[in-house]
Amino acid sequence: MKNLLEINNVVKNYGDFRALNDVSIHIPKGSVYGLLGPNGAGKTSLIRIINQITMPDSGNIILDGEPLSPKHTAYIGYLPEERGLYKSMKVGEQALYLAQLKGLSKSEAKKRLQYWFEKFDISAWWGKKIEELSKGMAQKVQFIVTVMHNPKLLIFDEPFSGFDPINAQLIAKEILQLRDEGATIIFSTHRMESVEEMCDEIALIHKSNKILDGKLSDIKRQFRTNTFQVGLHTDYPKEVEAKLKEIFEVFPADFKLLGNELTLNVKLNQNNSANELLSFLTSRGQVQHFVELIPSANDIFIQAVNKNN
Amino acid sequence: MSKLKLIIHREFIAKVRNKSFIMMTFLSPLLLVAMGALVFFLMKKNDEKVKEIVYVDNSGLFSKDDFVDSESIHYQDYTSLGIEETKKKVEAGDYYGALIIPKQDSLEVLAKSIEFYSKDSPGMSVINSLETKIETKIRNEKLNDFGIDLAQINASKIPSNIKMYNFSGEESSKLINGLKIGVGAIAGYLLMMFVIIYGTSVMRSVIEEKTSRIVEIIVSSVKPFQLMLGKIIGNASAGLLQFLIWGILIFIISTLASAVFGVNMVEMQTANLPAEQLEAAKQAVGIDKMQLIIQEILRLPILKMFVLFIFYFLGGFMLYSSLFAAVGAAVDNETDTQQFMLPIMAPLVLGVYVGFATVMNDPHGSIAVLFSYIPFTSPIVMLMRVPFGVSWYELAISMTLLLITFVFMVWLAAKIYRVGILMYGKKPTYKDLYKWIKYKG
Repeated sequence: MKNLLEINNVVKNYGDFRALNDVSIHIPKGSVYGLLGPNGAGKTSLIRIINQITMPDSGNIILDGEPLSPKHTAYIGYLPEERGLYKSMKVGEQALYLAQLKGLSKSEAKKRLQYWFEKFDISAWWGKKIEELSKGMAQKVQFIVTVMHNPKLLIFDEPFSGFDPINAQLIAKEILQLRDEGATIIFSTHRMESVEEMCDEIALIHKSNKILDGKLSDIKRQFRTNTFQVGLHTDYPKEVEAKLKEIFEVFPADFKLLGNELTLNVKLNQNNSANELLSFLTSRGQVQHFVELIPSANDIFIQAVNKNN
Repeated sequence: MSKLKLIIHREFIAKVRNKSFIMMTFLSPLLLVAMGALVFFLMKKNDEKVKEIVYVDNSGLFSKDDFVDSESIHYQDYTSLGIEETKKKVEAGDYYGALIIPKQDSLEVLAKSIEFYSKDSPGMSVINSLETKIETKIRNEKLNDFGIDLAQINASKIPSNIKMYNFSGEESSKLINGLKIGVGAIAGYLLMMFVIIYGTSVMRSVIEEKTSRIVEIIVSSVKPFQLMLGKIIGNASAGLLQFLIWGILIFIISTLASAVFGVNMVEMQTANLPAEQLEAAKQAVGIDKMQLIIQEILRLPILKMFVLFIFYFLGGFMLYSSLFAAVGAAVDNETDTQQFMLPIMAPLVLGVYVGFATVMNDPHGSIAVLFSYIPFTSPIVMLMRVPFGVSWYELAISMTLLLITFVFMVWLAAKIYRVGILMYGKKPTYKDLYKWIKYKG
């Protein structure tokens, strides 16, 4: 079984509003899968369907080879975008309650919680109420209750929002470790920098439709523009630029090098290669800088969304 | 433990551990008994002060026998002192009041010209008692004038006391009827209070889960319906526990109180009657009757009432609290609940009013019967009717209707609840709620 989760042709309507339109996504086992999209695209609707909070109007979902059913709630850990715990309930009691709702026995839940509380160095908070904790502390507790039952599938909706950089890094590390231990992770966000760092594959949802999905590296390849940033030390910058324009497409560049080199963005045409550009440059002066402009997840996101608007 | 049990357990513990629950449970019966004892004590204290009333009888009609001292009023004949001197003494505060009976030619005029002077305005009971004395005297005089023998009149007075039976052979009396009204009214009123208090508590709990956003985590583990049901059952259990504790506490405290202070429960119930009337009531009823009342209280269908109370409490509570839960789910904060609360509260209050207005007059009248069938008012109105004896088929109709409606309402509320708990922002309208009900899955 290659895919842990297969979402096939899912449609969801709220009254007259179609929140998901024939969405199919396959999530490989052991991957970090980025579910991307602007606000209101349908990410949360899809996540709620995976969590069986709502049911799809049509389509089906296969989890670990079986159609999604109520017993699967124990296989899933979910950290919603809007976090929350019972404010006046004690941390330990609350975590135990939530663990038991996920199907753990009380003794098992206690053992696991102890492990996590020690790992995060928060054992002293066991008897405190959530309202006595700072926001960052509460978020650690929230993370623990999401992962404590060792779910096969972890769904994080904007996991870093509200975390300070140190805690965000701690959580990111834990997420990757959970993946290494075999968990599959769905990572829903519209913050692209974290996507670059963490995701193996992504799907882009826009206006209820999936408009893009696949391996992040494949998508980047698909979105590459064959444009290179070049920096050249030459005594005749104007002449070189004019000559370049005859062969390639040339755009002004907005990066800086140490000296007063000629800096340009150069786009290859269909009938020339990067090597041709490089040999052209070396024959004209000292090459200081030569880098392909790989589209960032952010660029891809904006491009794809604009194209579909 | 199944998930539903876990939820019920959490809700129950959260409710029971709450400080206000503990205060309400243990303090209110104490307060109730303390208040009752205080009122009783004050009444007694108030009556202990004997009122000294002096009279000046210039008509020569009245004698010492007409003004016999009672427990709370003593009379003194000051005719020899004269009207002015007597008034002065009263004004100086030596006496409670002065009754001035002038000399008149006819009894009719006399009856209208008697005066009472006092420093402070006299209590109604004092005046009533004086008027009764005068009226009796004048009537007797008048009868004498007509040449009618007073002894014959007295001999002709034979009190009648209609004994009331129903066909199940239960004997009843007017006093018992009053008692039944009281028991029914208390049960109905208590039920309304409990539904409101615990229903609101369910609603608050829903709003709390929604605003703290934990609800999304919970419903990713359990079905919204389970969560709602668990909440309702958890709160109902807390309510029943409170009832039970109240019952036990009131029993213990009143037993202790009557043992320690020698306060008779019957006296406590009649403590709000003025001493004279109490006296009269006791004479009219007779000590035997007092015992009879206690016997009849015991003869009321107590077990049946208890079982029905539990049934209607649970039925009514489930019905209403599912609505409260739906309202809680529909809004983001408690201030937004107002517009939805009115339609929930209205039938409850209507139930109590209809109960008070109709059941008291005629417990088996058509309005009373109708409202004891309608599921939204039946828990209250039927409980009020039960002490008067309600036939099994009527109970069966009422209970069946309640059960069907409650299942339907829980189902309907669950639909609103399921959508509402995940909706934030805009305050929904009734139209929105209707739309939510139609959402699939």
